Amino acid sequence: MSSRRLTRAAWQAGALVMAGTLVACGSSGPSGGGGGDSDAVQVWALEDAALNPIEEASIERFNESSDAGEAELATFGNDPYKQRLRVALGSPNAPDLFFNWGGGNLKESVDADQVEDLTPLLDENPELRDAFLPSVLAGAELDGKTYGLPMRGMQPVMLFYNNAVLESAGVAVPETWDDLLAAVDTLKGAGVTPVALAGTQPWTELMWIEYILDRVGGPEVFQAIRDGEEGAWEDPAVLESLTMLRDLIDRGAFGTEFASVGYDVGGASTILAQGDAAFHLMGSWEYTNQLNDSPDFVESGDLGWTTFPAIEGGAGDPSNLVGNVSNFYSLTSSSGNKEAAREFLTTALTDDQYISDLIEAGDVPPVQGVRDQLAETENGDYATFIYDATVDAGNFQLSWDQDLPADEATEMLTQLEQLFLGAQTPQGFVDAMSAL
Amino acid sequence: MTITAEKTRTRAGTARTTVTRQDRPSGWYLAPALVFFGAFAVLPMVLVVYLSFTSWDGFGTPELSGTENWTRLIEDGRAWDSLWLTLVFMVLTWLVQTPIAMLIGVWAAGRQRNRAILSSLFFLPLLLSTAAIALLWSSVLDPNFGVTQSLPVLGGFNFLGDTELVVYTVVWVISWQYVPFHTLLYQAAARQVPESLYEAATLDGAGRYRQFFTITLPLLKYTIITSTVLMLVGSVTTFDTILILTGGGPGTATRVLPLHMYITGFSGFEFGYASAISVLLLLLGAGLSLAVTRATGFRKMQSQQEGV
Repeated sequence: MSSRRLTRAAWQAGALVMAGTLVACGSSGPSGGGGGDSDAVQVWALEDAALNPIEEASIERFNESSDAGEAELATFGNDPYKQRLRVALGSPNAPDLFFNWGGGNLKESVDADQVEDLTPLLDENPELRDAFLPSVLAGAELDGKTYGLPMRGMQPVMLFYNNAVLESAGVAVPETWDDLLAAVDTLKGAGVTPVALAGTQPWTELMWIEYILDRVGGPEVFQAIRDGEEGAWEDPAVLESLTMLRDLIDRGAFGTEFASVGYDVGGASTILAQGDAAFHLMGSWEYTNQLNDSPDFVESGDLGWTTFPAIEGGAGDPSNLVGNVSNFYSLTSSSGNKEAAREFLTTALTDDQYISDLIEAGDVPPVQGVRDQLAETENGDYATFIYDATVDAGNFQLSWDQDLPADEATEMLTQLEQLFLGAQTPQGFVDAMSAL
Repeated sequence: MTITAEKTRTRAGTARTTVTRQDRPSGWYLAPALVFFGAFAVLPMVLVVYLSFTSWDGFGTPELSGTENWTRLIEDGRAWDSLWLTLVFMVLTWLVQTPIAMLIGVWAAGRQRNRAILSSLFFLPLLLSTAAIALLWSSVLDPNFGVTQSLPVLGGFNFLGDTELVVYTVVWVISWQYVPFHTLLYQAAARQVPESLYEAATLDGAGRYRQFFTITLPLLKYTIITSTVLMLVGSVTTFDTILILTGGGPGTATRVLPLHMYITGFSGFEFGYASAISVLLLLLGAGLSLAVTRATGFRKMQSQQEGV
């Protein structure tokens, strides 16, 4: 073979490799959607088997009825979504509307000048602002400006319990922290793990410290920490809350095996359903999970739910909630399709069909005046309880792992895991967090 | 290169025809491999080194931050704990895997009756994906619903929840996963040992153990080195099994350095600092494989079959 021929073959091979690389890059774009019509409003959302078809249907209705333009939905899994969105924002591949959790999670993109202020849109359409629950809409407010509109159901964290276990141990549903401590001691005496905890996933542990801190210190402490104020972690309420939590752990409230119990695999929920534990602090989705995995437990009426106990002398309003406020659609500032996107935000999210589809799928949408509709559903008791709790909530604090900047949240979760294992003291936790 | 070739030839004592320049394949043969290696190995490495001197949270463009990440790495107690844990895993997995893989491999190279069936059973873990293996073991070892809970003795242990025990649990699972692969290496190598050596040894009256230690083991030397390098470098990068099995927990009990890098980069979105950790891992892996091959004379590539 002549060397010239070889040279050409090598070039061709090289070109093939380059082409392969380019194709690989190209195919890492969003999945789903149509033929990648660049004129359409690109909507990015999180994968959800139950909700995606509803969102897809809502977009189709918008495309049919609106003259402003077309929209296209692309969906992603949880972790890849966060990574991809970060890199896409500010690049030519950025979506027009993107799904987010509000709070500090949204603040990072706002600080990077990637998000359009939606306040003018709400000022022009006051009925749109009034359509949503104020405590939920507040989840996407930063410095008095609104950067997102709620698009999925609310998921506050509730204290679930097993009625049968409480009854046989002679324990009433706790209304205050002291009730809870007494219940823990009694249940332990009866040989039951008082509280089920999926300790392999630190976000489950996070729910405890969030509620205690909210009851002890109130929403202002969260606000100061999120805004990165000097000495915010050193607020006495933080140390007091951590000490109370430590006390709860030392009492054996969570048993001895929580460090290897998972949530995604159904561990903690099954322990509650089987009567091996009495309480389980979890997001409102726990009800749907129990309904799917342990239908007998739910139908027998043994699954109970209540709000987190009040703490005497604490600054926080006992009606306050913690959890996933809702999910929001935000508009990117680099969007070339703002008019159509605004039109979509104004009409599609409060559309009657969309709302009733959400309710049918078991969601509790964050809009006004759907209580009656919720009461008529199969799980009406539960849905109206969640709805009322949110309507009445003095404040709805977004989960810390979404509300804090990612690096701070990651460190905080590690510290919390250590605290639960007894490898970190409350003071050590405070010191480590304020040293960041 | 030429000098070594000359020497070998002289020592081997055979007069081979000199390889002329024309007969050698053109340098262009190297091109495809070079392009791949450049695009998928060298380029990312260069980028990671660059990123390690920047501060980047994924938004916008990386900003140069000097040696900030590196000073932080030096002061980061958790990173050093993770590094230590990585070394502990490295040693433990080597100690567990090497003898098991070697014995099964040598056994599987033989001609016993049940060999084919049993070997294929032993190779099963090799067919499973890492995620499947990690999920399988986490359900087997679950403190509430795991199979181990219904067994005597084993039921008393919390394999994934005890901060001391979990280290050995992870070593066990990783070994279970990788032993079949190394067994395959040893099986292939053991098959290469010339039968005549064993025949001669039998005539000389050497028993099975003597034969293993004086013939098989020395002739497996290069396989041991290959397998060792793979294990050592592998444990510098293994984190998928641990991520799914324990998530680095409880607490930070199993947070090895690669996992620490992953958490810093993809949960904390501190890509600059995570890149600094990656560079450390890169140096560690490269240094280890270099050290092992140097220390054992692997690079000399002497023939083991001379005179056979």
